[in-house]
Amino acid sequence: MCLAIPGQIVELAPGGHFATVEVSKVRRSINIDLLEPPPAPGEWVLIHVGFAMSRISDREAAEQLRLLAMLGEDAQAMEELDGYRFDEAGRRESS
Amino acid sequence: MKYVDEFRDPRLIAQASEEIRRLADPARHYRIMEVCGGHTHAIYRFALADLLPPNIELVHGPGCPVCVLPMGRIDEGLSLVEEQQAIFTTFGDVMRVPGRNGSPLERQARGADIRMVYSPLDALKLAVTHPDRHVVFFAIGFETTAPSTALTLMRARALGVPNFSVFSNHVTIVPAIRAILDSPGMRLDAFIGPGHVSTVIGARPYGFIARDYRKPIVISGFEPLDLLQSIVMILRQLGDGRAEVENQYGRTVPWDGNLPALRALAGVFELRPYFEWRGLGFISQSALKIKPEYAAWDAEARFQMAGVQVTDPKAAQCGEVLKGVLKPHQCKLFGRECTPEQPVGALMVSSEGACAAYFSYVHRRTAAEAAV
Repeated sequence: MCLAIPGQIVELAPGGHFATVEVSKVRRSINIDLLEPPPAPGEWVLIHVGFAMSRISDREAAEQLRLLAMLGEDAQAMEELDGYRFDEAGRRESS
Repeated sequence: MKYVDEFRDPRLIAQASEEIRRLADPARHYRIMEVCGGHTHAIYRFALADLLPPNIELVHGPGCPVCVLPMGRIDEGLSLVEEQQAIFTTFGDVMRVPGRNGSPLERQARGADIRMVYSPLDALKLAVTHPDRHVVFFAIGFETTAPSTALTLMRARALGVPNFSVFSNHVTIVPAIRAILDSPGMRLDAFIGPGHVSTVIGARPYGFIARDYRKPIVISGFEPLDLLQSIVMILRQLGDGRAEVENQYGRTVPWDGNLPALRALAGVFELRPYFEWRGLGFISQSALKIKPEYAAWDAEARFQMAGVQVTDPKAAQCGEVLKGVLKPHQCKLFGRECTPEQPVGALMVSSEGACAAYFSYVHRRTAAEAAV
């Protein structure tokens, strides 16, 4: 629940509330209403319970992934990302 | 220094550790509280105590949301399954928290419609796809997750989803820190401030800790080096006789916090006059209630919930551990009746709970060493 999952923005969904992120080849829809201005494709964000909460650099994203692995929480983080079911556009498949 | 070879930069870790030893006054005993459960987990995982001199004691704070939740709230939330034939949804951490008649997971095994979700938006989606059922989301967490619940409620209202409600158990960290500072017999020298909560609330709300209580607080990242650097910053403040709010995690935490998140919180929630915290008792203005404008989506307003109070199992000493009075292994049940597989108290449930972290990284290691 308090996991912070780094994800890279792939594209913004029409309507401005959601974006597709990719983490370790898994793509999911997340909400981006908490980021002002909205993130741009290519940028990295930290995701909490389906919402992008902050913008981070590429290096910080890599560090966060490594930290999750060291804490033994990387599988849990991927499971969480994979488990988001609110994707309204229906994008589910990995790239 | 079990994990030292995995550290990103062992040389920097060693330098920070030396700096701590140099700055720590051998005549003093330092008690530093890490507020956040994520920090507690990291401290045990990386065995950071091994890198500190013995006169620096890390005291585990209240920042583990399931740990501070009184048992009655679980029972009350679960009562909606029977009374309203609702689908009960919540995060994975809550699924194993014991209630009087079992945890949500045990109730699920007995046939109750209880579903784990990863996001409050998943719960809302479930309501949209099950228009004939009521879906309640058992919301929990500090300011890290509360904005997500707020946005989900805004979305439920915008979409006009009639069969969805939230049972809010959101709490706020600052009143808990104040309660700890005010509790008699609590001697703390400084705080390691939470990382992710602070990305939302920023650094300003901690000002009173430095100003009114003259204690340093350093907002910290989660890497071993982050935590050690934060301790260096704390020792420098104490050595200079300063008490300030400093931000070691500045790369992620803006001083003013996340403004859209704060706006969402202010739009949807108001402070409860008081709320019960396990171990800390009733703390005024420490929890978030859904505003009357959202009453149609507020489970408490909609279903007249009774406000059940349940006392914790007598032998469990969760309260003392939460306040830092006892170390996890000093509880009578630790490692015997209460284990991560069969938790009696919530501190043994979440990886952010002091007992679960201690069990996984200290107790198991000690047991393995003893067996050799």
